[in-house]
Amino acid sequence: MAVLPAQVIYMDNNATTRVAPEVLDAMMPYLTDFYGNPSSMHTFGGQVSQAIHQARQEIADLLGANAGEIVFTSCGTESDSTAILSAIQTYPEKNHVVTTRVEHPAVKNLCDNLEIFTGRKYHTTRLPVAADGTLDLQRYKDSLTDETAIVSVMWANNETGVIFPVEEMAQIAKERGILFHTDAVQAVGKIPINLKESAIDFLSISGHKLHAPKGIGVLFVRKGTPFIPFLNGGHQEHGRRGGTENVAAIIGLGKACTLAAAKMEEENTRVRALRDKLENGLLSSIPKSLLNGHPEQRLPNTANISFEYVEGEAILLHMNQHNICASSGSACTSGSLEPSHVLRAMGVPFTAAHGSIRFSLSVYNTEEEVDFILKKMPAIIAKLRAMSPFWDEK
Amino acid sequence: MWEYTDKVQEHFINPKNVGEIENADGVGNVGSIACGDALRLTIKVDENQVITDAKFKTFGCASAIASSSMLTEMLKGMKLEDAKKLTNDDIAKALGGLPKEKMHCSVMGREALEAAIADYTGAILPMAQGEVVCECFGVTDLEIIRAIRENALTSVEEITNFTKAGGGCGKCEGKLRELLAETVGGLPAQSVGIAKKKRMTTLEKIKKIEEVIEREIKPTLKKDDGDIRLIDVDGDFVTVSLRGACANCYSSRTTLKEYVERKLREQVLDSLIVEEDK
Repeated sequence: MAVLPAQVIYMDNNATTRVAPEVLDAMMPYLTDFYGNPSSMHTFGGQVSQAIHQARQEIADLLGANAGEIVFTSCGTESDSTAILSAIQTYPEKNHVVTTRVEHPAVKNLCDNLEIFTGRKYHTTRLPVAADGTLDLQRYKDSLTDETAIVSVMWANNETGVIFPVEEMAQIAKERGILFHTDAVQAVGKIPINLKESAIDFLSISGHKLHAPKGIGVLFVRKGTPFIPFLNGGHQEHGRRGGTENVAAIIGLGKACTLAAAKMEEENTRVRALRDKLENGLLSSIPKSLLNGHPEQRLPNTANISFEYVEGEAILLHMNQHNICASSGSACTSGSLEPSHVLRAMGVPFTAAHGSIRFSLSVYNTEEEVDFILKKMPAIIAKLRAMSPFWDEK
Repeated sequence: MWEYTDKVQEHFINPKNVGEIENADGVGNVGSIACGDALRLTIKVDENQVITDAKFKTFGCASAIASSSMLTEMLKGMKLEDAKKLTNDDIAKALGGLPKEKMHCSVMGREALEAAIADYTGAILPMAQGEVVCECFGVTDLEIIRAIRENALTSVEEITNFTKAGGGCGKCEGKLRELLAETVGGLPAQSVGIAKKKRMTTLEKIKKIEEVIEREIKPTLKKDDGDIRLIDVDGDFVTVSLRGACANCYSSRTTLKEYVERKLREQVLDSLIVEEDK
């Protein structure tokens, strides 16, 4: 029993986004007629190389970067691994990485295993966050040492949308001669980014988070930054990443970046207003609900709200009955209950962490959809609370 | 996304018998908010020893709610004698099955029923008379043995799926293995012994690490006027802060790696990495 896209209210855009129709149109010729290999000597293949060149420029334009600083990868995770492992290989004499406790698993799990990868040579500092999910800059400064090879801090958090001051942090790292990487998969396309004005060395993008297809990522590598490839092979990407280009997806990502630039204003006005309406409406109509994350220092599209004394999966499945798509920070399996590491790092209490729901919007959402959710949610929460043995004790 | 049967979805979306019976004849409370699910079952029993009404209140996921709802439906009109014989498998079967990671939801229903019956008859809960094996979730050996027998369990992981035992600090894993070997007489002890090592949860690690720090590491450091505090456990990374004389000691990194880390690796998990919070 398939659920059709026209039936759903999709508010799970931090998980993945729909491919924009314009993006698909731009891709189609490269999935059909123009199948040549961009590395070929003949014109049939060579013209594909021209298209890639244009896409590279479109992506660079969104970031305020140069086309030569864009390296295509297969996904955000590959970009993250490439940047961090490159820095470690660049500095075999160093032994330290700084990151945060709220990174996406792509960075978190890599840093968690770094000591093992490096034969116990490298160790990691994980910066804690405050209750509102923000970082303490003084603590960050104090964590940097002469042994630090690279700092990896996400631009915006995928669960709460909280934005970190990565530009300021990169400047601080630069002054200490330390490389700086940011996982910007949630930030790119949602907030303006200008790498020309920043000291960021590496930046990761994932195509499917901004209306391009899955299976395409980008690593921005600043000109002059020492770089050691992750995937060795052919001369593609000027030897920085082997493997035949995912041509259609690259073309799609280029188009998606152009669209994101054109819709940046809308994202930060109309989408933000929708998010605020949804958030304020839920918080005011549902008692014992609370916002997770800093209210202002946040992406315009993300709202993470805890409904106390009810369980996340139960909420999501009720929402699913109305074809409302969102995510929860709670996962209940046998015995082991581990609410999201992000909410745990923020010190969100058990009663609230179990019932956290993340709504993440896009330019495709409408006010009617927000109104529909606002109409349905209070009853869902009330129904679950009515059967919660903890609720009437409140 | 869980694969729930239509029956589970039906009972989750439109649960039957939600609430509490006023002046109930029997009340059964199991679970807690920290455990992640909890159930309060109330029953009414008439002079013929027949359950005339049953209601529930549940905090938990879809399968916890569906199991509770199904249980109350099964109970209404049932003789107390028959209710006593109801197993978790009966509840799961009535729902058309549950994902294996969710089987403890059906066990929770059965336990609440037993507690409610015991409350009515004034008897001591039979299962509570056993010896507590899993202290985190308060599961007794009798409950575990019964779950093994009735559901033909063959591994520690399955015991955790069904009873939650071992899902907290994991200290009881050895004991669970013993119970399994004793109960499943036919199984060669070896095949039980080499069951796949269960991944420890964070809660599990924290509890074990705290124990070793308190029992062994602290007393040793205190001899040199030092002290230690556990700050955080994240994956295999253990962050501690060294205090007292250790804080300014030039060999504190050696202490950390050669002593603290070694101790924790020996006694908790050999992949642990200890770091100082600076």
